[in-house]
Amino acid sequence: MGKVKCECGHVNPNGTVLCESCGRALTEKAKKEKLADMRYEGSARRSQTYNKTIIDKVWNFFSSVKVGIWIIVLLLVAASFGTILPQEFYIPSNVPAETYYEDVYGTFGKIYYMIGFHDLYNSVWFSALIAALGVSLVIASLDRFVPLYRALKNQRVERHESFMKKQRLFAEQKGALHDSEIERVKEELAKKRYKVRVENGALLAEKNRFTRWGPYVNHVGLIIFLFGALLRSVPGMYIDELLWIREGETLQVPGTNGAYYMKNNGFTLENYEAGEDPEVFNEAIDRVGTVAKNYQTDAVLYRDENNELPGAKPDLAKVQEDSIQVNQPMKFDNFAVYQTSFRQNEMKAMQFALTNKETGEEFGEITIDLFDQEKSYELGNGYKVELRGFYPDFDGFSESGEPISKSPLPNNPAFLFNMITPETPEGEMSFAQIQNTMEPLGETKYKMAFKNLETRDVSALTIRKDLTLPILAAGGIIFMIGVIQGSYWNHRRLWIREKDGQIYVAGHTNKNWHGLKREIGSVLDQTFIPVPEDRQKD
Amino acid sequence: MDLAGISSTLLEAAFFFYLMATFLFGGAIRQKGLRDGEGLNRWGKLGIIVTLIGFAAQLGYFFTRWAAAGHAPVSNLFEFTTFFGMMIVGAFILIFFIYKTAVLGLFALPVALIIIAYASMFPSEISPLIPALQSHWLAIHVTTAAAGQGILGISFIAGMIYLVKNIDQSVSTKKTKWLEAVMFFIVSVVAFILITSGFSLADYKAEFEYIDKEDAAAKQEFTIPALVGPHEGTLLTEGKMEPLADMPAFINAKKLNTVLWSLIGGVILYVLIRVLTRKRVAALLQPFVRNVSSDLLDEIGYRSVLIGFPVFTLGALIFAMIWAQIAWTRFWGWDPKEVWALITFLFYAAFLHLRLSRGWHGEKSAWLAVVGFGIIMFNLVAVNLVIAGLHSYA
Amino acid sequence: MEKKKKRFYMRTAILAVLAGLVVYALYTNVTKESRGTLEAGDKAPDFVLTDLNGETHQLSDYEGKGVFLNFWGTWCEPCKKEMPHMEKLAAEYEGEVEILAVNVGESEFQVNNFAEQYGLTFPIGLDSGKEVMDTYGVDPLPTTFMIKPDGTIEQIVIGGLVQEEQVRALFERVRPSS
Repeated sequence: MGKVKCECGHVNPNGTVLCESCGRALTEKAKKEKLADMRYEGSARRSQTYNKTIIDKVWNFFSSVKVGIWIIVLLLVAASFGTILPQEFYIPSNVPAETYYEDVYGTFGKIYYMIGFHDLYNSVWFSALIAALGVSLVIASLDRFVPLYRALKNQRVERHESFMKKQRLFAEQKGALHDSEIERVKEELAKKRYKVRVENGALLAEKNRFTRWGPYVNHVGLIIFLFGALLRSVPGMYIDELLWIREGETLQVPGTNGAYYMKNNGFTLENYEAGEDPEVFNEAIDRVGTVAKNYQTDAVLYRDENNELPGAKPDLAKVQEDSIQVNQPMKFDNFAVYQTSFRQNEMKAMQFALTNKETGEEFGEITIDLFDQEKSYELGNGYKVELRGFYPDFDGFSESGEPISKSPLPNNPAFLFNMITPETPEGEMSFAQIQNTMEPLGETKYKMAFKNLETRDVSALTIRKDLTLPILAAGGIIFMIGVIQGSYWNHRRLWIREKDGQIYVAGHTNKNWHGLKREIGSVLDQTFIPVPEDRQKD
Repeated sequence: MDLAGISSTLLEAAFFFYLMATFLFGGAIRQKGLRDGEGLNRWGKLGIIVTLIGFAAQLGYFFTRWAAAGHAPVSNLFEFTTFFGMMIVGAFILIFFIYKTAVLGLFALPVALIIIAYASMFPSEISPLIPALQSHWLAIHVTTAAAGQGILGISFIAGMIYLVKNIDQSVSTKKTKWLEAVMFFIVSVVAFILITSGFSLADYKAEFEYIDKEDAAAKQEFTIPALVGPHEGTLLTEGKMEPLADMPAFINAKKLNTVLWSLIGGVILYVLIRVLTRKRVAALLQPFVRNVSSDLLDEIGYRSVLIGFPVFTLGALIFAMIWAQIAWTRFWGWDPKEVWALITFLFYAAFLHLRLSRGWHGEKSAWLAVVGFGIIMFNLVAVNLVIAGLHSYA
Repeated sequence: MEKKKKRFYMRTAILAVLAGLVVYALYTNVTKESRGTLEAGDKAPDFVLTDLNGETHQLSDYEGKGVFLNFWGTWCEPCKKEMPHMEKLAAEYEGEVEILAVNVGESEFQVNNFAEQYGLTFPIGLDSGKEVMDTYGVDPLPTTFMIKPDGTIEQIVIGGLVQEEQVRALFERVRPSS
């Protein structure tokens, strides 16, 4: 077993359908066909003979285009299921997914969640499908590229007339080929950038063979892309962090192992304004209401020269200053910092005035920094306010009567004050909120009157490093080269030979027959060589 | 007249020219295409000239609007859909100059017309760009993606002509039924345009107060009578139609209502055609396509996929990923629009493999082209309007 | 025959490489959640914090003793419940197991107030930039890391410790064996 020897003397690999050299049909089936099946040039792309071991079986499975198409179809159908309801990472983050789907979408949502479609693209089976696609790409390409390359390399100028007769474009005519005629055709073909070979009075013109490698080149691109995507999970290749940073704050940049710090010098939100912005926008602004124009964080990046241990006091050296906007990330050292989200008007400081309830007279104002309170605030002349308790997110009282804060964020600040005045040297207790005061230990003569509120914005910045990007880019570029190479050119061939007083002409192209016919027609127009006709005409 | 005004006039002019060209191509259909060595007849020549004038007018619309807005006019559904229509015409012109088939124009131009008319159902004022869209990639990504879709659209047109020509209309089969389903869909879009324009002319407005998904009170204005109303909705405008049924909160009643109207209108229009002509819609079209060669149609369909596929991949996946990395911090995030672009890519990849390796030529290939365009339209219409995601700015 | 063998080895090699990649892909997919987070047995990352008295505490200085590393906040209810147990046992195990309580991102006033209210005497480090919390990947509060005398993590307890016995058992686990 192994080799198939053709009548012409060429030895072909087992499984070859059309002789690599002369094109004679080698199998019974191919001999019977009216038109030759020219896919992969009839080469031995997949030897069914080597199907004994499990390795061969697996190999042949993934080598099959039919299997490849099935994988593609399964992938696209699966991918579509994930778009029926929003994926888990797009639902509001403050509600658990378990209840969200059922609450919002009813029973269907519950089932959707139960079968795991809420996180379909991260599921193991979806990953397995993509992996199967990758394996199929590698094996199917290898299995076809090698024999196709062989067949096109080994092809002979002189093809057997049986091969020519089975071409879609074919003509035969009684007559003899003169060398002058061949020369003329050769010249015409050269003008159309064909590579022409003449042997024993037979002619083979060929052009754009490189386009046949297009599919393999684009498959290589895809494989590189998938490989790059796989590399993302290698530690150190990929970092994705979110940093909520208040105006004025300087924080460590997460994901940089403490090497960098960032300061938020101010967050800006601008909307389009009728009157200020071009007049053409007025109608749209009127209809929609507010349209955002800019989200921006003015940030300063520092390097920590004392980056030894977490928690250690940083020694900051300024690296760069940048206005981070949507579509304009700050970049440093393989990292990019993006404007992602924001929260406006977080409370920063509150002002209260110590006030006599009866007369309304004020004895000074205190400003309490909600992020750094003091124990007591002196007002002079024997007036003083002691802070006994601070509850940033006040949420009622516990059973024992203690005020409760439900989070460390100053969403609803409340204060327990002790007001000391010459009149009340022991102090009076007052529990103050923005619009409300309580007197937990009996009625008081004084109160802390709320005066003012300072707020600031909080900006959310995404910090990302992705070292796989160059690999993905390379994969993408190679894919595009391959797909263009394979799509925008056609591999065209023309065979002309004479045998026993009969002229045979055959043409083949891998696609776009219309163009080939026109081209051959114009080449053979003024000659005695018959113009081949399309035999697959309706 | 200001720039924006000139722009909309040019768009109207383009619409008119495409309409005219459709009729001219209708007169040219006896011509068969270069394959049989026949040149273009006078009607065909006129048809393509008028198409080119229309295309130039629409380019004028595009660039004057660009100048007026200060950004590429592909930033909302009206602009994108209009541009998509223009790309179908552009792709048709490209393919026409290769194959010189008038019948392609007879089908491609009406499709472009319907798409442009559909676009004008959306708010068409020039809108400012939200921060995420403020990038040169807006023009690069969206125009390339739309060009790819437009070229792929030509394979749908060729496929439709192939099916109209080759499916035997003398008997009722599964094939005739599916083809009629496609026709019904097109008729429904026409019905949608007629109904929306009609009520818009009559200035119909009915406001509802309802409870939304987040359990909050919200308002919604219906511009066509509400067959279905929003979740626990109450009609605020007097003298307007009360809805027949309320919808659950997660369904957007306004959009569903529009779909219902379109389907009902589609059924009426379709039944009317069938009753009046006593023929299937595809059978009505069959005489127009008699002269074109099936083989040529098959090649046009395949060729446009070959030309369109790389353009689509570049625009809708590669440029999309580059921009997403810049604007949304990640090149890929499984946003519905992204997923459907990937599905489109995978589908045409399957198409090419089926053709190359499994020999799916002719009718099978034509059906695939129809399905592929269905996916593109789904991504354009349903993903923007029905499935919520990052791309829904309409 | 030679060729057939060669082909077999070739195919086996290629399939093996592909299988390796696929297994790696699926493995990372399955273990994605836990990647990068600390687990029992890991070395506890070193850090340094300043306490309410202005003294600095570095974790590595505690080598040779067990450490009860507790992340907490004044607003967190379970934190309030476990503090008295911690205070009591800190005295009991003095010299053997030390408590290092890390307050996450609150003001000195709040922490001081809390410490006074609950009579806490063990050192409380102020992690104002949440750097130590991020290093340890803590979420939610309270979370306690039991660190053995050799500096490795013995156990991670997420959530509050209601019973004194629970706390005692934890202390026992990291007590130096001598």
